[in-house]
Amino acid sequence: MTTLLYTDVEEELRAAVRDLLADACPHSAVLARIESAAPYDGDLWKALARDIGAAGLLVPEELGGAGASAREAAVVLEELGRAVAPVPFLTSAVVATRALLAARTAGPGEVADELLRRLASGEATAALAVSLAASPYRRAGAEVTYEPADGDAVVVSGRVTGVAGAEIADVLLVPARLPGREESALIAVETGERGVEITPVTSLDLTRPVAMVSLGSARGRIVARGEGSDAARSIVGEALRFGAGLLASEQLGLAEWCLAATVAYVKERRQFARPVGSFQAVKHRLADLWLEIGGARAAARNAAGAVADDDPGTAVAVAVAQAHCADVAVHAAEECVQLHGGIGMTWEHPAHLYLKRAKADQIAFGAPGEHRAALADLVDVPAPV
Amino acid sequence: MTAGTIWTEAAVREHARAFLAANDPSATDRMGFLRARFDAGLAWVHFPEGLGGLGAPRELQAAVESELRGTPDNRPGRIGIGLGMAAPTILAFGTDEQKRRFLRPLWTGEEVWCQLFSEPGAGSDLASLATRAVRDGDEWVVDGQKVWTSVAHTARWAILVARTDPDVPKHRGLTYFVCDMRAPGVEVRPLRQITGEAEFNEVFLTGVRLPDSLRLGEVGDGWRVAQATLMNERVAIGGASGRRTMIDAVCETWRSRPELRTHDLHQRLLRLWVEAEVLRLTGARLREQLAAGRPGPEGSGMKLSFARLHQELSGLEVELLGEDGLAYDDWTFRRPETVDFVGREAGYRYLRAKGNSIEGGTSEILRNVIAERVLGLPSEPRADKDIPWKDLPR
Repeated sequence: MTTLLYTDVEEELRAAVRDLLADACPHSAVLARIESAAPYDGDLWKALARDIGAAGLLVPEELGGAGASAREAAVVLEELGRAVAPVPFLTSAVVATRALLAARTAGPGEVADELLRRLASGEATAALAVSLAASPYRRAGAEVTYEPADGDAVVVSGRVTGVAGAEIADVLLVPARLPGREESALIAVETGERGVEITPVTSLDLTRPVAMVSLGSARGRIVARGEGSDAARSIVGEALRFGAGLLASEQLGLAEWCLAATVAYVKERRQFARPVGSFQAVKHRLADLWLEIGGARAAARNAAGAVADDDPGTAVAVAVAQAHCADVAVHAAEECVQLHGGIGMTWEHPAHLYLKRAKADQIAFGAPGEHRAALADLVDVPAPV
Repeated sequence: MTAGTIWTEAAVREHARAFLAANDPSATDRMGFLRARFDAGLAWVHFPEGLGGLGAPRELQAAVESELRGTPDNRPGRIGIGLGMAAPTILAFGTDEQKRRFLRPLWTGEEVWCQLFSEPGAGSDLASLATRAVRDGDEWVVDGQKVWTSVAHTARWAILVARTDPDVPKHRGLTYFVCDMRAPGVEVRPLRQITGEAEFNEVFLTGVRLPDSLRLGEVGDGWRVAQATLMNERVAIGGASGRRTMIDAVCETWRSRPELRTHDLHQRLLRLWVEAEVLRLTGARLREQLAAGRPGPEGSGMKLSFARLHQELSGLEVELLGEDGLAYDDWTFRRPETVDFVGREAGYRYLRAKGNSIEGGTSEILRNVIAERVLGLPSEPRADKDIPWKDLPR
């Protein structure tokens, strides 16, 4: 039975991640990093992969992973969101890993297995080469094509914008089509290959920046191919739905930090000879936010359980979680800025890191309106005719 | 089963089936069946043995309800205040004699309960209430006026908070009683409300004499006892889902009347559908926490969310109905026996839902409760905290 609570094992995992982040990922470090040349924290990611096994959490044990479920990954995301940590867990260990797991079942599987082993060991990091704004409900817009080369190799050409986690990735998983055909494949391209160009974009969220990926006849290997079918589309769709379901937990963690930080601040900050947190105008806003976050926790847990079990209600659970949690995270970050007053507008205070992440997360894997539109069909609330 | 049994779902189901085999509902009159069900411990399994329960975990009640589906029930809509507020308070604070006397007819519905808390001068600031109870030997003499009393006109008993010591600050001078609604000096007058009907009443108490045996809890401890009742009330109102929910009602209209749909209403309805689903999941999570013995503070928020959702959904439905929304089913000054949030037509639901953010603690007071007790934010300065009640400015 799906439970909406946290198991003891999940709480232990949470405590381990939280301890590591407290040491290795203070806000001062995140603030310093976002303006450096390496926006993703490779050392922190190695520590998460090595000490916690986060990189291989979803990878089966026979491939060197932990064989854990989406529910555990969700707990890690809560903590990474709470610390607004600049690591590629969501992009590599969740979305790209899920795409490889789906590709494994589509066959032939050897390339996927080899890549999953590399990801699980923490030796390599992957990114699915679709826009962070792509949603499970529509085909990703990019037109990338591939052609057979010598042996099993193919060459891939095209351009994908808005790819998160590309800058730190060793491998790109590229959905591509045979020119002029419906047939598509998922292709693994090592970022060191000739013809691969990754151009960082000045991003709203500097802790998960996006980049443009250009492929000019870059060599790659087929991970999964549909004979005459759009195999890449179903794999990408599955990975995006999985990512959307788990992103809700990151959004929950972000929102929880924002509420806790704001409550702590308004207890301390005094105006008119009393703590500003004693004014009802402030208290009632925080009470409302607490209510929204309670709902987000239930919705995020429900989505994590649904994607973990491949429940028949997964599509509804994910759409509900994203429609709710995406807006809750943004609201929490906005309240955090507002109720901190002037200090909340500064670069020095971490509130802006949360606001920028929350706003980017709102767009990631489909904005709330797209998830609500999907519900119209899923739960039979049809649009006007 | 003997005392101290650890009940499992299977054992509870077995017990319920054995009860049903021994008490054929078609061969017993309704009240006889309900009394037997109470005596078998199948009324509320989490209550102690001998008081309608088995001392079993609360969540096993669902197994009982599924085994006894289709048998006569106690019409919970008629006795909601007794079930949701009086019973848990009596269980927590009553004497053994009070528990034995009151709980059985309360549960079977033979005796309806109402709540004498609010007064014309004491709403959100309930602790400032002015109804006096003065000791006279083994009795208390009660004088005052209560208001917003649902189902007082059908009630046999009431839970009552009255001031027994005006010389101490307001929270400290209160005592909690069971009031005999048939006692001389109790006068119930209907209060017509915006729905047209009079679900609630004004209750005038004039020289009402109550034996000391009807006191619940210690003299002067009434505020603490009342807090227990109010927490249960909020859970009862917030947790009230019923068989048909407000979102079901709106969606039925939406599906059956495609000609009424507009894009604007569609967007708003989808938002509310998500909110209703999130609230359903929040309630499910809360019940899991309770079942696991880890009650969370989320319970105090359910009523707030529920009130807002009901108001928005019912408002949307009236708007959706267009010309049909201009009509109202019935303004007759009726005296209903039940409290019904989702019954009748959309116009009634819209108007009745307005009460959801007022009754049982206004949404504003509940936000204070969350902010102060859950988030730990400081309270507003309270000028009346240390002043004897009789010296408060009025």
